[in-house]
Amino acid sequence: MGIPGQEKLWDKEEKEHRKYEDVRIFTDEQLKNYTEDELKSFKPKHATPMLNELEKGPWPSFVSDIKREALHRRKLGQDNLMIPLEVCEDLLGVVELSYKEGETHWKHGGIVGVLGYGGGVIGRYCDQQEKFPAVAHFHTVRINQTGGKFYNSDYLRLVCDICEYRGSGIMNLHGSTGDMVMLGTTTEQLEPIFFDLTHDLGCDIGGSGSNLRTPSDCIGPARCEFACYDTLDLCYDMTMTFQDELHRPAFPYKYKFKFDGCPNCCVASVARSDTAFIGTWKDDIRINQDAVKAYVAGEIPRDGGGMAGANWGPFNIQEEVIDLCPTQCMQWDGKKLTINNAECNRCMHCINVMPEALRVGKDTGLSMLFGAKAPILEGAQMAVLTIPFIYAKSPYDSIKEVQRKVFDWWIEEGKNRERLGELIQRMGLKTFIEVIGIPAMPQMVKEPRSNPYVFFKEEEVPGGWKRDINDYRSRHPR
Amino acid sequence: MSKGRLGYYNPQKPQEGRITDIGPAHYKQLMPPVLRKNYGKWVSHRILEPGLLMHVSETGDKAYTVRAGAPRVMSVEHVREICDIADKYTGGYVRWTTRNNIEFITDSEDKARALKKELDSRKHVGGSFKFPTGGTGNSITNIVHTQGWVHCHTPATDASGLVKSVADALFEDFKTMRLPAKLRVSMACCLNMCGAVHCSDIALLGYHRKPPAIDHDVLMKVCEIPLVVAACPLYAIKPITLEDGKTKSVQVNVEKCMYCGNCYTMCMALPLADKAGDGVAILAGGKISNRISMPKFSKVVVPWLPNNMPRWPEVVETVKKIVEAYAKDARKYERLGDWAERIGWERFFEKTGLEFSWHILDDYRLAYDTFRTSTQFKYTDHAWAVSKAVSGI
Repeated sequence: MGIPGQEKLWDKEEKEHRKYEDVRIFTDEQLKNYTEDELKSFKPKHATPMLNELEKGPWPSFVSDIKREALHRRKLGQDNLMIPLEVCEDLLGVVELSYKEGETHWKHGGIVGVLGYGGGVIGRYCDQQEKFPAVAHFHTVRINQTGGKFYNSDYLRLVCDICEYRGSGIMNLHGSTGDMVMLGTTTEQLEPIFFDLTHDLGCDIGGSGSNLRTPSDCIGPARCEFACYDTLDLCYDMTMTFQDELHRPAFPYKYKFKFDGCPNCCVASVARSDTAFIGTWKDDIRINQDAVKAYVAGEIPRDGGGMAGANWGPFNIQEEVIDLCPTQCMQWDGKKLTINNAECNRCMHCINVMPEALRVGKDTGLSMLFGAKAPILEGAQMAVLTIPFIYAKSPYDSIKEVQRKVFDWWIEEGKNRERLGELIQRMGLKTFIEVIGIPAMPQMVKEPRSNPYVFFKEEEVPGGWKRDINDYRSRHPR
Repeated sequence: MSKGRLGYYNPQKPQEGRITDIGPAHYKQLMPPVLRKNYGKWVSHRILEPGLLMHVSETGDKAYTVRAGAPRVMSVEHVREICDIADKYTGGYVRWTTRNNIEFITDSEDKARALKKELDSRKHVGGSFKFPTGGTGNSITNIVHTQGWVHCHTPATDASGLVKSVADALFEDFKTMRLPAKLRVSMACCLNMCGAVHCSDIALLGYHRKPPAIDHDVLMKVCEIPLVVAACPLYAIKPITLEDGKTKSVQVNVEKCMYCGNCYTMCMALPLADKAGDGVAILAGGKISNRISMPKFSKVVVPWLPNNMPRWPEVVETVKKIVEAYAKDARKYERLGDWAERIGWERFFEKTGLEFSWHILDDYRLAYDTFRTSTQFKYTDHAWAVSKAVSGI
C-alpha cells in the first residue's frame, strides 16, 4: 500500500521528513489557479449579504477565506474533486440562512466512522438538503495533531491536498480539544481519507464520542524554560499507550488528558481535563542574584517585556514581587533576594516577572489533578489536586498505573454520560483515593469540611454496626 | 497519495494493508531545527515587541517566534499561504498555539522581523488582515471558539461571526500590551462548552432560553425514552403515552428546565434552537493560571444578550465596556477576576456599568455558597435601591 517505494513514510523516525513532492495530489498549476482580480469579482452561488458584513474590520475574516476556497474549487472543476464542487458556496449559503433565521441548520449526529474505530469522525447532515445539496452530508474528521502542534509545510500541504480532494477544503486549526480538524466530507470518503492519513502522512485520526479524547500538550521543553517535565514526550507516550481507549468507545463519556509543563497552565488542563498533568518542582527556585539586580536597575524589562505597552513606572521589586507573593516567602534587602522555599507554593509569579533571574527548580516532576469539566451536567468543575508530586520519566510506569486504576473504577462505576469529576462528586473523594490507594492529605482541600456529617467505616467503630435491641432495652425499658 | 473515488481502499478487502492505531506524527519530525537542537535547554525569554518573542538557550542559541492571529476556521488555501510564508522564512516550519495563534519560529532576528513585516502586509480582498501579528504578553490574544452555525447541531449562536465581531473591536489590544495582565476572551456556542470557556477572563456563551420543542411523531422511533428521561439533570422529563393510547413520548416540566440541551444531545426529537429565545450570556473573572491567585471560574455578569446578526453590537459593546473598566482601574499584574474581587463585585457592576438583575443571583445547586453572609459590603446605587424599596431611606 502507499506509493511504491514510499511505504515507510509513516515511520516515526525523527529524521525522516515527509516530502510533499513524493505524494502530492495537485500540481502547481492547479494550486495557483486564480488571480486576485478573479477573487475580487467572484460571485458565489448564493447571495450572502449578512456574511459579507463579516469581511469588514481588521481581524482575519473567515468569510473572505471560505470564498477563496470556493473560487479555487470552481477552477479545479468537479473532475479533480471527490465531493461536490460547490461545497464551500453551499456552506456560505446555509450559514447565511442561519444568520437570517437565528437557528442552526445542522442535523443531529448520525453514526459514521471508519472500520474498527468508534471515534474520530463526527457525522453531520444539513437539514436543508434540497437548497444546499453540496453540504447535505458534511462530516468532520478529527486528526491527531502532533505534540506542540508543530508542522512543516510538506506535512501541512499533504493535509491540505487530502482535505481539498476528499473534503470541503475547510479546516479547524485547531479544534478545542486540540485535534487538527477536517470539516465536511461524505461517508464514502472516510475510508480513503483514513488510508491516506495512515499510509502517506503517518498519522491517525483523533478521538470523539465516549472515548479518550485526543490528548494535548503545551509547547513544553521544545521552547519554554518553565517546562518541569517533557510534556511532548509524555503526551505522545500516553496517546500511544491508550490508543485502544482513544478509538474504541468503552467509557461512560468523554475523557481528556492535558499536559501543562508548569503551573502557568497554558493548555488549561486544570479547567478542562479529566486528568490534568501539571509540571512542578520540589527543590528550590534557582536565583541569579546579578540578574535580579539588573531587573531592579531597570536593565531588563519586567515580565519578559510583556508589559511594555503601558507606562507602569520604574520596576519596584518590593511592590511587584515581594508583596504580591501569595505566601510572603520572599525577601529583598536591597542587595540580595532570598526565598523561603519550604513556604513557596510555586505560583510562578516571581519567575514570570523576572524570567532571566529566577528559574524553576531542578528536581522536577508533575502533579496529577482529576475531574475537570465544563458545566454539563452537574455544573463546571475544576480538577482536584490528588497526586502532589510524581516523577515523570520515561516509560512513565507509575503515572500509567495510577491512570489505569482510575479508568477501571470509572468504567465500572460511572453512569452513562457521567464524567469522572461527577463520579468523584457522587461517590466521594474518599472513595476515589481508596481506588488509587493513597492516603488523604490536607493538600486535597481548600479547607477542611464545615459540615460534621462524617461517614465512618464500620471497621472504624468498635463492635461494628450490628446492634442488639435486647441489650439496648435491658438498659432502656420501652 | 491515493486518487480516484475510493483511493487505496478496497471495500471488498477492507483489512488489506490496513494500518491502525499509529497515533500522531512524531513531534520531533516536525520541529524547527533550532528547537530540536535546544530541546529542554531553554533558560529565559523576552518579548521584543508585540508579536515577536525571543527565547534564549543555555547553548547561546536564540529562537525568534513571530506570532499571528488566526480565525481557527480556515481554508486549505489559507494554510497553503501559511506554508508559502514558512518556506520563505522559517525553513517550512510553523506551529499553532493552544489559543489558535500561528507561530513561525526561526533562529535569525533579521528574518523574524522581515517575516513579521510581511505577515502584517497581507490582506484578504475583503479588506481584513490575513495574519495580523500580536497576541503576546499583556494583550488580548486570539479568542478561542467553537463551531457555531458553521458546523454544529446544538448552538444557541454563531461562533466564528461573533468572535470576528468582538475581535475587530478588541484589535488594538491584540496589537499592543497595555493591559495590567493577560486578558483571555473565549467563546462557546452552547452550554456544552466544547471550548471549555468557564475559566476565562471574559467568556461569551451561547444560551438557549426556551425548553425543548417535542417532536412526538418520531420520538419513540429515534430515541431511547429511559435515556432521555435520565439525561435531564433536573428531573424535568417524564415518560408519557399520548392520547392515542399507543404512542410513547415524553413531557417536559418547563418550570424545572434550564435549557441545557442535554436531552437534545441524547435525542434529536427535542430541539431547543429558537430565534427569539437564543442569545449570548457573558461571564467574567475566570482564569486557569496559578499565578498569584488560584485558578477560578468565570462568573455570570450578563445573563443574556440578543443575537443581532451579523455583528452582535450589544455583545461587542458590553465586552468593550468590561475591558475598558478593567484596563483603567486594575493594578499591574492583576487579572480581571482578581481586580473584581479586590474592589468587590458590587463595585465591578458599578464600574463596568452592567446591570445587576435577579438572574445573576444563583438559584442552582450549591447557590448558598455564593451568598454574602456578612455586613462587609460597599455602598453602590444597587444598595440604595434596595433601601428605598423597603422605605428604609
